[in-house]
Amino acid sequence: MALNNEFLLEKLQAQFGAAILGSEQVSDYLNVEIDAAKNAEILRFLRSDAELNFMYLTDLCGVHMPDQTNRELGVVYHLHNLEENYRFRLKAWLPILDPSIETASDIWAGANWMERETFDFYGVIFKNHPNLKRILNVDHMEFFPLRKEFPLEDTTREDKDDRFFGR
Amino acid sequence: MQEQSIFGEEHVIQDERQLNTLNLGPTHPSTHGVFQNVLQMDGEIIVSSEPTIGYIHRAFEKLAERRPYYQVTPITDRLNYCSSPINNIGWHMTVEKLLQVQTPKRVDYMRVIIMELARIADHLVCNMVLGVDSGALTGFTYMFQERERIYDMYEEICGARLTTNIGRIGGFERDFTPGFRKKLEEFLAGFPKRFDEFDALLTRNRIFMDRIIGVGPISAERAVSYSFAGPNLRAAGVDYDVRVMNPYSSYQDFDFMVPIGTAGDTFDRFSVRQSEIRESLKIITQAYNNLPEGNFFADCPEFYLPKKQDVYNSMEALIWHFKIVMGEVDMPPGEIYHAVEGANGELGYYLISDGGRQPYRLHFRRPCFIYYQAYGEMIKGQMLSDAIMTMSSMNVIAGELDA
Amino acid sequence: MVEAPDGIEGQGFFATSLDTVIGMARANSLWPLPFATSCCGIEFMATMGSNYDLARFGAERMSFSPRQADLLMVMGTIAKKMGPILKQVYEQMAEPKWVIAVGACASSGGIFDTYSVLQGIDKIIPVDVYVPGCPPRPEQIIDGVMRIQDLARSESLRRRSSEEYKQLLASYNIE
Repeated sequence: MALNNEFLLEKLQAQFGAAILGSEQVSDYLNVEIDAAKNAEILRFLRSDAELNFMYLTDLCGVHMPDQTNRELGVVYHLHNLEENYRFRLKAWLPILDPSIETASDIWAGANWMERETFDFYGVIFKNHPNLKRILNVDHMEFFPLRKEFPLEDTTREDKDDRFFGR
Repeated sequence: MQEQSIFGEEHVIQDERQLNTLNLGPTHPSTHGVFQNVLQMDGEIIVSSEPTIGYIHRAFEKLAERRPYYQVTPITDRLNYCSSPINNIGWHMTVEKLLQVQTPKRVDYMRVIIMELARIADHLVCNMVLGVDSGALTGFTYMFQERERIYDMYEEICGARLTTNIGRIGGFERDFTPGFRKKLEEFLAGFPKRFDEFDALLTRNRIFMDRIIGVGPISAERAVSYSFAGPNLRAAGVDYDVRVMNPYSSYQDFDFMVPIGTAGDTFDRFSVRQSEIRESLKIITQAYNNLPEGNFFADCPEFYLPKKQDVYNSMEALIWHFKIVMGEVDMPPGEIYHAVEGANGELGYYLISDGGRQPYRLHFRRPCFIYYQAYGEMIKGQMLSDAIMTMSSMNVIAGELDA
Repeated sequence: MVEAPDGIEGQGFFATSLDTVIGMARANSLWPLPFATSCCGIEFMATMGSNYDLARFGAERMSFSPRQADLLMVMGTIAKKMGPILKQVYEQMAEPKWVIAVGACASSGGIFDTYSVLQGIDKIIPVDVYVPGCPPRPEQIIDGVMRIQDLARSESLRRRSSEEYKQLLASYNIE
């Protein structure tokens, strides 16, 4: 049975039912939204099931949408089945006051640093991660820089002359 | 004490020996770029390592949220700066996917020629520097001249040597000039012979082979689990090439092989890159000989700068010119993931647009960042000099590691 | 070939001032420390290569150890995480030492006006020559090295122990 959007959704809904919150075709790939509490089981199923067999985690990143109350921080997984050449996107939304989700680093070894980067930029806590510390920014940084409220420039600079910066 | 096998079996510490800590610091002649590894060593053998990166974190993803779509291209340049045309063209293709613009075949072939030249340049640097790290400096001096020839070709098209900012969203600003054609033909004629000289210097060299066979191996299952991509993955035995799996820019029209290794060690990575240089040369020859007629740009007036004569004579062109240069053009909302085969593997762009003039979220799927995680596992049980060779052969570029 | 300085010549001897001779020796045998972090580092590799050849100017031996280098060439972006390391490398160098900031990122932060990039290395170490460009062409890098040669040739022997120099270092908190 060829691996395509309908087959994938059928299998996921049969196995997990209510944890699959919705799905949508966005340009090339299917977006599947899942309940963040069950992400470890769903990802493990996607990897180990013989027909789905998603052995390659292409990408893991975060998104911040401050307007969606209680679902501000999102974790986006891009999965790829190399043999059938099928890709899709999985999203899990978390509230900004308690953004914690299970780690995927025991399922795919490559998720380790990708999760550290998401923690560094957005503050998403990955439970049971072997080494959840900041990876790209300085260790003593208190903010999570890629959240929308954090500014791009360094605000402690004194040498910027506003005349030259068009302000 | 147990004899250390060259295939990296578990090194057993006996008699409670005291371990040494060695800081392979951010500034080191052999780490090409700034990343740190604190190694625990038992004599000359490495027992464990702890990497630290982020010494050149320039906040590309946050910077991209502040810039209109054209101004993001210079940032993408600085990701894998040894092969910056691939990054630029990949970004332009992502934006074209969002706009749902179809580029003419001629643009596709022109892009293929430039991307393959960039791939040759990057693989040359990696292999040259692998030679330098093992003491063979001659290859570097000879092959850098080839890179200079490729720089000359980039200069004909876009004016810059290294960080090219090449092309436009929708194609190119001008067709291939006669100067470029002449340089490309000279390159295609003369490069194979000079490259064979470099090959003869290293590939079957007894000392070089002894130095790198069996060093830093990784198995295919571990490589897939670590989300490796590119030559590092192909050296481990998995034939995953984005140009073949999800062809873009008319790659399906070309006839080329994808070289694969068996053991995933440094020698395989070196050989895969050498073979890929030859395959890229084949692709460029096919593309150049069959360059189709047509326009060198797609029909998207919102993003493609109109001709200067029109700007001075027609009101509409003047308004488009103003809007494009000031970055005032709004994009349709959408969510795109587009991947190209960079020199290091699958370089992905995940773009979320909310309908404004700047990206809402732009995430770069950087292959270097993802496969460098496995470095600790690859050097465990090896000697320090092997660790240096493994790092050089993985082609870790600091700009792509940290973004 | 370097020209002989002004002096008194005779049978088997040549007399000139000590400043001139030492300046000439220092200027024509600068040993650089390539502190290459990013893209400018690749242009430096091109400068070292056979087309643009920095070795003609006496910079034949690239030293990667600060203890053995005269000229610190900072090429590429310096992030705030890297700042203390750069300062430590500078402090480890022996006098006389010169610093050249190659590229826009090292001179002033370049196109990266962000929270994580140091806006110019002259915030932490004193710089002698700035080479602008992104990345600068090899000819520009060589021009920068030639300006350092001019500085080295004309520097007074007492400068490094003078009060003014000590105050300069103190303003950067370098002992």
